[in-house]
Amino acid sequence: MISSSSASDTKSVSLISENAPKSSFLSRFLRWEWMLVGLIFIVVIVNTQLTPYFLDARNLSRTSSDFMEIGLMMLPMVFIIITGNIDLSVASNMGMSASFMGLLHNMGVNIWVAAAAALLLGTLGGMLNGYLISRVKLPALVVTLGTYAFYRGLAYGFLGDQAARGYPEAFTYFGQGKVFQTLVPFSVALFLFMAVIFGLVLHRTSFGRYLFSIGNNENATNYSGVPVAKIKFIIYTLSGFMASLAGLVLAARFGSTRPDNGTGLELAVITAAVLGGVDINGGKGSMLGAGLSLLLIGLMRFGMGLMNIQGQVQGIAIGLLLILSILIPSMVRSLSSAGKNINWRSAFSAFLFLLVFVLFFVFFFWSRAAVIANI
Amino acid sequence: MKHRSLFVLLTALLALSMLLSACGTPAPVATEVPAAATDAPAVATEAPVATEAPAAGPMTFVLVPKNLGNPYFDTSNKGAQEAAKELGVTVLYQGSANADATEQIQLLNSLIAQKVNGLAISANDSDALVPTGKEAIAAGIPVVTFDSAIGKDGRLFHINQAVLYDIGAIEIKMAADLAGADGGEIAILSATSTAPNQNAWIEVMKEVLAKPEYSKLKLVEVVYGDDDDTKSYNEAQALFTKYPNLKVIIAPTTVGIAASARAVTDAGLIGKVMVTGLGTPNQMREYVKSGAAPQFALWNPLDLGYLSIYALNALATGEIKGVEGETFKAGRLGEYTIKNDPDLGLNVLYGAPFIYNASNIDNFDW
Repeated sequence: MISSSSASDTKSVSLISENAPKSSFLSRFLRWEWMLVGLIFIVVIVNTQLTPYFLDARNLSRTSSDFMEIGLMMLPMVFIIITGNIDLSVASNMGMSASFMGLLHNMGVNIWVAAAAALLLGTLGGMLNGYLISRVKLPALVVTLGTYAFYRGLAYGFLGDQAARGYPEAFTYFGQGKVFQTLVPFSVALFLFMAVIFGLVLHRTSFGRYLFSIGNNENATNYSGVPVAKIKFIIYTLSGFMASLAGLVLAARFGSTRPDNGTGLELAVITAAVLGGVDINGGKGSMLGAGLSLLLIGLMRFGMGLMNIQGQVQGIAIGLLLILSILIPSMVRSLSSAGKNINWRSAFSAFLFLLVFVLFFVFFFWSRAAVIANI
Repeated sequence: MKHRSLFVLLTALLALSMLLSACGTPAPVATEVPAAATDAPAVATEAPVATEAPAAGPMTFVLVPKNLGNPYFDTSNKGAQEAAKELGVTVLYQGSANADATEQIQLLNSLIAQKVNGLAISANDSDALVPTGKEAIAAGIPVVTFDSAIGKDGRLFHINQAVLYDIGAIEIKMAADLAGADGGEIAILSATSTAPNQNAWIEVMKEVLAKPEYSKLKLVEVVYGDDDDTKSYNEAQALFTKYPNLKVIIAPTTVGIAASARAVTDAGLIGKVMVTGLGTPNQMREYVKSGAAPQFALWNPLDLGYLSIYALNALATGEIKGVEGETFKAGRLGEYTIKNDPDLGLNVLYGAPFIYNASNIDNFDW
């Protein structure tokens, strides 16, 4: 018989320890979130040296609203990726909802009714994904790849080559307005509010724990009596709802809608989530990490934009960062567990990557020096 | 995780310190006019832009095309650089890789952040860029558009290459000439479905086609090549397959016309299918001579870029405010007057489209 209480027999070693495992002070800092904080510091410091426009409150306020649609869609994406699934249709759902609202507005329907209808349509879109993935049990990648095309097609079907324009100012406030008299855009405040809610659900509720457990071992979770199918259905519906909300924010920000709005944004959403430490295989991640990574990507893109580095070229830096974000934790893990038997090959390749990364940035600062000096 | 609250605290501190340091830097934007005040008529009453310009050195203007890698815009940049040399200003050429409104808005936001002295934009989406244009104007940066306009509120005035109607009408006329007396089926191969100038021209073309003298021409389809060479090529090939009796392809985009002419040549349809539209002389010379695209039209984008920079300079130095009736001198092109048009708002008219064919194509080198 296994002794379950350490008090009953002080001499024998109890097999189940009732204290939390001790971790060294240093290992607490080996979390990915700290790496993100460090990177943000570096980005801020470097960019402040290079240009006076980086830490300007007005500029930051203006540029932050560029990323809020990605942020809103990233919140449920974190849930989905933690369960080990994916949702490629978010940007198309966003376009579809925004186009539907635009169509209704063009037909003369009241803007708020149209917005509510758009939210409903987006949620239904998420439900379709959820149904096919959780009930019919089709693979998430294939289903959302299909709806990625399907919803974008519907967006074009609603608006054709028209635009919807002339939204009332009360509505465009959601994308363009600021909170009270401050410089904080309403969309940022909305994102932060939703992020806190999603973060609390993920880390402080049993629903959130179920997500992690589904990601770690779906079968075991299922056999433990957790309603896995229902949970998956809920998170995909949530993703659809947030995508349509992001669509409304985008329409409000542009003051108009065209069917191609937001094409390609799903990759930015997934990048932000994965860079934030959410493991693509599922089971690990934190909302704080995702939030920090969105901040990092936003600051990096803003800083590179100020140096007139072209959008596609910025992708080199983001891409390298993403690869490193997967490489470094695994390096640290294998180094700490291997002790003397370090795998020199992977250590060397990681070092090479880091070198390439650093050299890339050096090259860019050097090549853009003339441009920077001019402005 | 045990130290989550520590992270949250640290992130909050980080954000707070950034905000504080930002508030610490002296704000040259203190004289910004609130964005709500920038209606089109009120634009003229804004403080003259000269007082907003950063004190240091020569002025920097930015030419923002629809996308990079487009020879039409590269030529307008050449004209802009010519004007820059004459005026003693710096002109940067910045654009997104794709003709996408979201990317253009992000680019414009970073240019506004850098407090450049003027923006000359060819818009990918006339409505979506209005808030951004308004912000730039409110920040004291004069905004003009060329080639493809932003909505009336989002720019001070538009540099119009030619009267809208003339551009559409001349393309139909050329198509009718090429189709011959019997007329036939024609198709339009456009750029992106959201480009304002393209849509305006297509509307005019449909209007002109309804006239009795063009009754023998039948428009079968409008396809979109997205100003992408490969997509335009594929769309042209699809047209040949779908409409075996197709006589003319009208491509009012320099990327589309070159791709269509190449498609006609590769498919061995020279003489059977004619290509016309808007193109640049250097790109189209071989097709004019081979007969794939016997005639096409354009205005000179070089002059358009040149004119845009002179316009920005006039606005930035306070020479004009952007009000109807004002005139400014644009170097070797002469004087231009700002007119008002019910659809287009305030605009400056550059000229009229010019037809290129085998007899004159060798006279041009751009």
